[in-house]
Amino acid sequence: MMSFLADYIYYIGAFGLILVGLYIILVKHNLIKVIIGLGILDTGVNLFLISVGYITKGTAPIFSRAEIESEQMVDPVPQALVLTAIVIGIAVLALALSLAIRLYQHYGTLNLRKIREQRW
Amino acid sequence: MRSVVAILLLIIVAVGISMSLAKIPFGTQKTKIGGYYIDKGVEETGSVNIVTSVVVNYRGFDTLGEVTVLFIASIGLGAVLTAGIKEKTGKTQPASLVLYTGCRLLFPLILVFGSYTFIHGHLTPGGGFQGGAIIASGFLLIYLGCRERRINRVASNLAESLGGLTFVVIGLFGLIFGGYFLLNFLPKGTANTLFSAGIIPVIYIAIGFKVGSELASIIDNLVEES
Repeated sequence: MMSFLADYIYYIGAFGLILVGLYIILVKHNLIKVIIGLGILDTGVNLFLISVGYITKGTAPIFSRAEIESEQMVDPVPQALVLTAIVIGIAVLALALSLAIRLYQHYGTLNLRKIREQRW
Repeated sequence: MRSVVAILLLIIVAVGISMSLAKIPFGTQKTKIGGYYIDKGVEETGSVNIVTSVVVNYRGFDTLGEVTVLFIASIGLGAVLTAGIKEKTGKTQPASLVLYTGCRLLFPLILVFGSYTFIHGHLTPGGGFQGGAIIASGFLLIYLGCRERRINRVASNLAESLGGLTFVVIGLFGLIFGGYFLLNFLPKGTANTLFSAGIIPVIYIAIGFKVGSELASIIDNLVEES
C-alpha cells in the first residue's frame, strides 16, 4: 500500500485536483466559485501531464553544462504542452471572469440558480 | 440531492481513472519521441533548451495556433467588456507615497527581467510565454500601485500585431527559402551562445512581445471595468 502511494503520489494528487475541480463545477451555484473550480481543474490537468513525463531523479532537458547526461532528462514534450497550456488557461479564466462581470451587471446576482429562474 | 449525484458521478470517474492509471508506470521514459528530441535536438535546432526547440521549432505551427487562441481570448474579453454602456464609478483613493514610489521603482526592473527571460529562451529555463507573463505582471503592479496610470492602447496593439506578424512572416520566409513553413533558415551558430539557434530567439522575442501586450491589455480591460 505504501509503495503504491509512493509510486503513484503525483497521479493521485493530480487527479485529486481534477476531481475537486469537477465537484465544484457540478455542485456550486456561485459563478465565481465555478470559475475557481475551472482553475483547479486546469492545474490538475497540467500537473498530470508533467508527472507523466517525469523520470525518477531526472533533470530539466537543458544542456546548459557539458557534464549533464541525456539519460537523466525528463520528457520535453509534455513540458512544452503545459508551457502553452498555462498561458491559455490564464486567458480562458480572464474571459470567463469578464462574462461573469457582464452577467452580474445584467442580473444583479451571481447565483446560477437565480439567473436560470429569471431568464431575461 | 445534487451533491449526492455529483459525488456518485465522481466516484465512477475516479474508479475508471484509477483502473487505467494503474497500468501507466510512474518515473520511466514512456515516449520514443522525447528521447529523440533530447538526443538530436541540439544538433538539429542549435538550441540547448530542448523544451524551447520543441515549442518553437519541432512544433512551431502548434505554437502559432496557441498564440492565436490567446489572441482570440483577449479580443473576446475586450469585446465582452467594452460593449454597451460604460458607467463611471466613484473616484479612487490614491495610493500612499511608499507604494507609489515602490511600484515605479520596481516596474523597469520587472520589464528587464521579463525581456531577459524571453531573449534567453533558448539557453535557460524561460521563453516567450513566461517572459510575456512576467512583463504583464509588471503592468499589473503599475495598475495596482499607481491608480491613474494607463497603458498606451495604440502602442500595446502595435506590439501585439507586430509580434504576431513577425511570427507568420518568419514562417513564410521558411516557405520561400526551404520549401516548408517555419523552416529554420538562419545559421544555427555555436550552441550555448546568445546568437545561436537560427529563428528560435527571433520567434520567442516576437511571442514575448505578443503575450506581454495581450495580457497587459486583458488587465487593462478588467481594471477599466471595475
